[in-house]
Amino acid sequence: MSVDAATVRRIAHLARIAVSEGEVPHLQGELNAMLAFVEQLSEVDVEGVEPMTSVTPMQMKKRQDLVNDGEIADDIVANAPATEGHFYLVPKVVE
Amino acid sequence: MTDLTSLTLAEARKGLAAKTFTSLELTDAHLNAIEAARVLNAFVMETPDRARDMAKAVDEKIAKGDAGPLAGIPLGIKDLFATKGVRTTACSKILGNFVPTYESTITSQLWRDGAVMLGKLNNDEFAMGSANETSCFGPVGNPWRRDGSNTTLVPGGSSGGSASAVAALLCMGATATDTGGSIRQPAAFTATVGIKPTYGRCSRWGIVAFASSLDQAGPIARSTRDAAILLRSMAGHDPKDTTSVDMPVPDYEAAIGKSVKGIRIGIPKEYRLDGMPAEIEKLWSEGAAWLKAAGAELVEVSLPHTKYALPAYYIVAPAEASSNLARYDGVRFGLREQGRNINELYENTRAEGFGAEVKRRVMIGTYVLSAGYYDAYYLRAQKVRTLIKKDFEDCFAKGVDAILTPATPSAAFGIGEKGGADPVEMYLNDIFTVTVNMAGLPGIAVPAGKDAQGLPLGLQLIGRPFDEETLFSLGEVIEQAAGRFTPAKWW
Repeated sequence: MSVDAATVRRIAHLARIAVSEGEVPHLQGELNAMLAFVEQLSEVDVEGVEPMTSVTPMQMKKRQDLVNDGEIADDIVANAPATEGHFYLVPKVVE
Repeated sequence: MTDLTSLTLAEARKGLAAKTFTSLELTDAHLNAIEAARVLNAFVMETPDRARDMAKAVDEKIAKGDAGPLAGIPLGIKDLFATKGVRTTACSKILGNFVPTYESTITSQLWRDGAVMLGKLNNDEFAMGSANETSCFGPVGNPWRRDGSNTTLVPGGSSGGSASAVAALLCMGATATDTGGSIRQPAAFTATVGIKPTYGRCSRWGIVAFASSLDQAGPIARSTRDAAILLRSMAGHDPKDTTSVDMPVPDYEAAIGKSVKGIRIGIPKEYRLDGMPAEIEKLWSEGAAWLKAAGAELVEVSLPHTKYALPAYYIVAPAEASSNLARYDGVRFGLREQGRNINELYENTRAEGFGAEVKRRVMIGTYVLSAGYYDAYYLRAQKVRTLIKKDFEDCFAKGVDAILTPATPSAAFGIGEKGGADPVEMYLNDIFTVTVNMAGLPGIAVPAGKDAQGLPLGLQLIGRPFDEETLFSLGEVIEQAAGRFTPAKWW
């Protein structure tokens, strides 16, 4: 399988990465090189094979339903590029 | 006094305990070495004040006889580990001047045990790379050069800063992470020892995530013994990482020097590649002969799905990365590029903040997870992964205790030499290491010799899950036979 220019633009949008028209052919070539490389997986017989979900056999651990953290709003917004009080600032989302 | 930077960690520990020198003296010696080696670009941030403060504090503890197992040992920290109050960037522009308000579990354990932080080490952006060339801080120089050449070579990646700094004697050991070979490949390129422990052995909490089902941290060190000492402090259960395993941490150092008599070593025929340099082949046979001479038994084994590990990895790892890196949105931390609306803000921020390799992987990951392609790519790759793991399980079930392979298909290469036209050329560097991540197993790379141009080459040993101790015993046999390798200083 390979991707065309329209698919490259669609993937870029899904990935939320702005891509200029000039970058599309280059990206298309690189993505197709990767897809050509992984194509060999189609020769493997995977009939009846379970997909891996956990590499080490372990039970999903569950934490106790307890509050053990909090009151650190200052820390949480400390690295934000734009804040007001304890809120993140973003462009207007709702008209 | 001999140059304090030339000691191994184990030797320095002895000197500190005997009060031959102080941690402050040892730390200052390394800080001076770092300053003189800036041309290598191994450190992206030096923290000399913090280092001296930590060293003075630990010297007081040593004086009181209240010292931990790493008391006074100066280390470098890969910039993927969150360090409280010290900028942590994963060497990506998108994290900008991110200063964590928390400490990663692994580094907090190192400080608990008395280690001293010298600074943060360079790596490939988000650990995506095999040459440390994708870092937003620029490439790292390998302290090793070809005989009679002035060309600067790559130290491997993604833990290139860690490997370079340890090889150039800038720190006594370093933290590193390994998703497809990022500890073992740079260790092999720099004649250092690197171990990727079993998935779940070390906590991933506070380490910038790349591919969560493959990422695992471990040390890069000057000797097998040093790696064992460091891993003991790094490993352990952490309730904050649900994939970390609740098993006691053994005294890995006790495995150093233990007899390997009767241990069965598998030699997998699928690792004998067409066109593999004869010197790699020779090194591999030599390594096998050393282990045999030490009493181990050699058996030919087959891992039939080996060749599919790398393509399966290049679906699974980018898929997980595309999901993990969704958090870099220009809102909560790091870089922000303005846009007319929220979507443009996201798209402009990520276009400006991510480098070319990261964009490529996030896009391929997005594609293989997207509607209509998930089954053909992602689901199939996860099934192939099951088969890769089963190959190893079958091998261990037949009584094989560990597997010996070359660590890399070549020695270090020049900056800009690989992957320019086709990204896959660079990916092939990890062909021998990536299987181990796919199967969640422990793997160690130990220096074993040099190629015709005088560059170091390494061997890899792969173990059963949570049997790092056997790897340390076997690694020590190779180290004793091959000796240790130090680059001639040119920087």
